[in-house]
Amino acid sequence: MIATFSINGRTRDVDVQPNQTLLDVLRDTLGIFDLKEGCSEGVCGACTVLLDGRPVSSCLILGLSARRRRIMTVRGLAGDGELHPLQQAFLRHGAVQCGFCTPGMLLTGLAFLERHPNADRAAIREALAGNLCRCTGYAKILDALEAYARELNGRG
Amino acid sequence: MRSKPTRASSTDVADAVGLERDLRLVGQRVIRHDARDKVTAATAFAADWAMPGMLHGVVLRSLYPSARIKNIDATRAASMPGVAAIMTAKDVPRNTLWTDVPGQTTAVGSLRAKLHVLAEDRVRHQGEPVALVAAETEEQAREAAEAIAVEYELLPGVFDPAQALEPGAPRVHEEGNLLAHWRVCHGDVAAAFARAAVVIEGDYRTQFVDAAYLEPESGVAWIDSDGVITIRVSTQVIEHFRDVAEVLNVPQNRVRIIGTYLGGGFGGKEDVTVEVYLGLLAWKTGRPVKMVWSRQESLLARAKRHPFRLRYRTGALRTGQIVAQEIELLADAGGYAYLSALVLLYATVTAAGPYRVPAVSVDARVAYTNNVPTSAMRGFGAMQVVFGYESQMERVARALGLSPVEMRKINALSRGDTLPVGQVVDTHVALPELAERAWAALGELTPPRAPHVKIGRGLACNFQPYGRIVWLHDWSSAWVGFEMDGSLVVRSGVPDVGGGQASSLCQIAAEVLGVPLEQVSVYIADSALTPLAGTTTASRQLYMSGNAVLKASRELCEQLLKAAAAVLGVDRDAVGLADSAVRTADGRSLPLPELLHACSRMGVPRSHLGVYHAPAGEPVDLEKGAGKVFPDYTYGAHAAEVEVDTETGVVKVLKLVAVHDVGRAINPLSVEGQIQGGAVQGLGYALMEDVVVEKGINMTTSFASYLIPSAVDVPDVRAIVVESGEGLGPFGARGIGEPPIGPPAAAVANAIEDATGARLSVLPLTSERLARALGLM
Ligand code: FES
Ligand code: FES
Repeated sequence: MIATFSINGRTRDVDVQPNQTLLDVLRDTLGIFDLKEGCSEGVCGACTVLLDGRPVSSCLILGLSARRRRIMTVRGLAGDGELHPLQQAFLRHGAVQCGFCTPGMLLTGLAFLERHPNADRAAIREALAGNLCRCTGYAKILDALEAYARELNGRG
Repeated sequence: MRSKPTRASSTDVADAVGLERDLRLVGQRVIRHDARDKVTAATAFAADWAMPGMLHGVVLRSLYPSARIKNIDATRAASMPGVAAIMTAKDVPRNTLWTDVPGQTTAVGSLRAKLHVLAEDRVRHQGEPVALVAAETEEQAREAAEAIAVEYELLPGVFDPAQALEPGAPRVHEEGNLLAHWRVCHGDVAAAFARAAVVIEGDYRTQFVDAAYLEPESGVAWIDSDGVITIRVSTQVIEHFRDVAEVLNVPQNRVRIIGTYLGGGFGGKEDVTVEVYLGLLAWKTGRPVKMVWSRQESLLARAKRHPFRLRYRTGALRTGQIVAQEIELLADAGGYAYLSALVLLYATVTAAGPYRVPAVSVDARVAYTNNVPTSAMRGFGAMQVVFGYESQMERVARALGLSPVEMRKINALSRGDTLPVGQVVDTHVALPELAERAWAALGELTPPRAPHVKIGRGLACNFQPYGRIVWLHDWSSAWVGFEMDGSLVVRSGVPDVGGGQASSLCQIAAEVLGVPLEQVSVYIADSALTPLAGTTTASRQLYMSGNAVLKASRELCEQLLKAAAAVLGVDRDAVGLADSAVRTADGRSLPLPELLHACSRMGVPRSHLGVYHAPAGEPVDLEKGAGKVFPDYTYGAHAAEVEVDTETGVVKVLKLVAVHDVGRAINPLSVEGQIQGGAVQGLGYALMEDVVVEKGINMTTSFASYLIPSAVDVPDVRAIVVESGEGLGPFGARGIGEPPIGPPAAAVANAIEDATGARLSVLPLTSERLARALGLM
């Protein structure tokens, strides 16, 4: 069936199977590869997208349930040629190695810090519990998120 | 002296050996070009690729660990909607791949190991590939695979390496179950034990572990317009184009591998994964084919880290000096050989640790079983033994009332010492300093939160070879060249697994050729278009390809400066390259593009191909202790502080400090990342990771059951980078990809003993095991 999606501010009409996950709709049908598939069982967080500003594992929800809601992927982060400050923080702090977890980390971190700009490192750590990274040991990802939180608070 | 809290460079060590300090880019915390692409998700990983008319391939795998295949009937599957091809063993041009297993003891003799692309008449482990399907959609391919009727006759299996070596055990392969056997005999062990004041015996076991890179095995293959079978794949080894060619029985120059930036490798993408299957299906159908293994499939069937049984007997004098080590190792190879014999060799060479031990015997065996196969994983055999030798070090120290640091200082190797295999240590060993710094950096002891909570500390050191075994005659090549506008191109067949391999090459070229980093483009990992650089394994890529780029860049620099001197009418020694221009001693300058145009006119090439050959050697007889096995080693020390709940046995690691002498940090940001990430993988190994295999059946085939550390399971690892300048890599660098994974398990076990008095000798160190050791259950 044809359903209407709003992805990074653009509206798309898509032919969707009722049993397709949001991950499959975005990656397979639309060729939007900026979310990754790491497990398809809701554990790794590599497939994270923001749905109305909240992080969800797109492998766990049906595509149709995201109709007419705001879907955001990593490409929605950067402005015209300008990286989002959180992306810049990831670069400065060396938070990226293989980069497979990075889209999910950025989106989960962003959504959390927008709601909890005063969060400390321990709280940010808790917020990342659903996003696995096999490369970094998390310390530099936390460094980047903490630095961004400071920026949000004008303490940068 | 500390410049920044996270990077304490070691001036004393550096000064001792004269670390080159006058560098512009090398040693800077530069932002990697690949990281820029990754934060915007511009990087196209192997699964992020699609082609018009692309089919989807899947693998049908064995349900049983040991069975005869009586019949395969694919008629119904072949007629299902969307199915384009079904392949079984009989459709594969060359289905059997033979490899020579190196350097056996005389008892085993030389061995050729075989691997089937698809199972023929029998399967030897659960998950072994049996058939391939390509269909219009992945769903159709999976449905068709399920419709293939495979008739199995179950055979008795063997699931424990010790049992596999008993007479009468079911044979996994006709040649017998002993796959490799290495022995080291160094000094008079019996006499040394007779001198010892204490003798400590230990029996340790380690578990199966999965590499668990976040990106599952994946790729796309097509037949390009030139007829070449082209495979874009996530691999640590683009040289697998040769394996694909062999299987297809086509010339090697008719297969091309384009390696993508990997979503992690850790050794798990060193052996062939999807590329041979993709090659077969593209060749058979003539259409593009995509294959992505699911997480569950990857956990089920991909090669794991070897479980080891390690028996140690350690003798020491009252002074703490270790005089004898008697070591017995037994590892589980699973159903096929893969790299097991080499993994065992690494374990054998490093089994006595980075210590001076006058008498050592090692008896190491690896046996086939019907378990999931085991092969390369970060640390490669030099990892399991750390748990053995560092547990022993701690126990000896305790028996003699020595501090952990003293114990290491007394026994640490130093330059000029000989390893039990006869290799002379010819570079600086900073071990005493590393141990001291790791221990000191733990800082104040954390006060226990409650009376039933105990705090303890443990230390563990290690050494890990970097670069391949010297008799493999390793080499790498790289091409460095200027475009007319002065921008620089580096080409090298290096797979980038996420450690910044490609970016380091740019830094080195830019350093030597005096251009800003932004002026460099790098092309990697294409077997048709980039000069071959060998595998991204064995912590070798910075060492080998870094040296190749350094060589190419220096020779190119020389070439250009000679031309510049001629153009400017000065001596060669009076010119240099800096800031994208030629600079003369008397203050004149010539912009790089002008020089490059002049080179064009004069017929001076603007590029250079550099080939670096590692120091090579002849195979050594380990038993006779004849000489060099590895080019060099990277040394490290980790200190852990743990909290143990003595009512439940729950262990929490509060602090982990990881100190490594990396020789030279080309990009400290990447080096720290390697150390922190490796150490956290080591903590996963220590505390939670466990591929549970029961009678050959894998019980942990999901991320819900195979647990790897999340952010809340581990502390921030404090990485301390020591730079002795003593490595064989560019600017004195040593390999740092693998070393940091080694010490955490022993450091944590030692800390648990410190806290509770209980010695755990089986990994992972779960709360259940500790509760049992504490008598709680
Ligand atoms: S792919 Fe969705 S959580 Fe792993
Ligand atoms: S950077 Fe590789 S999984 Fe996080």
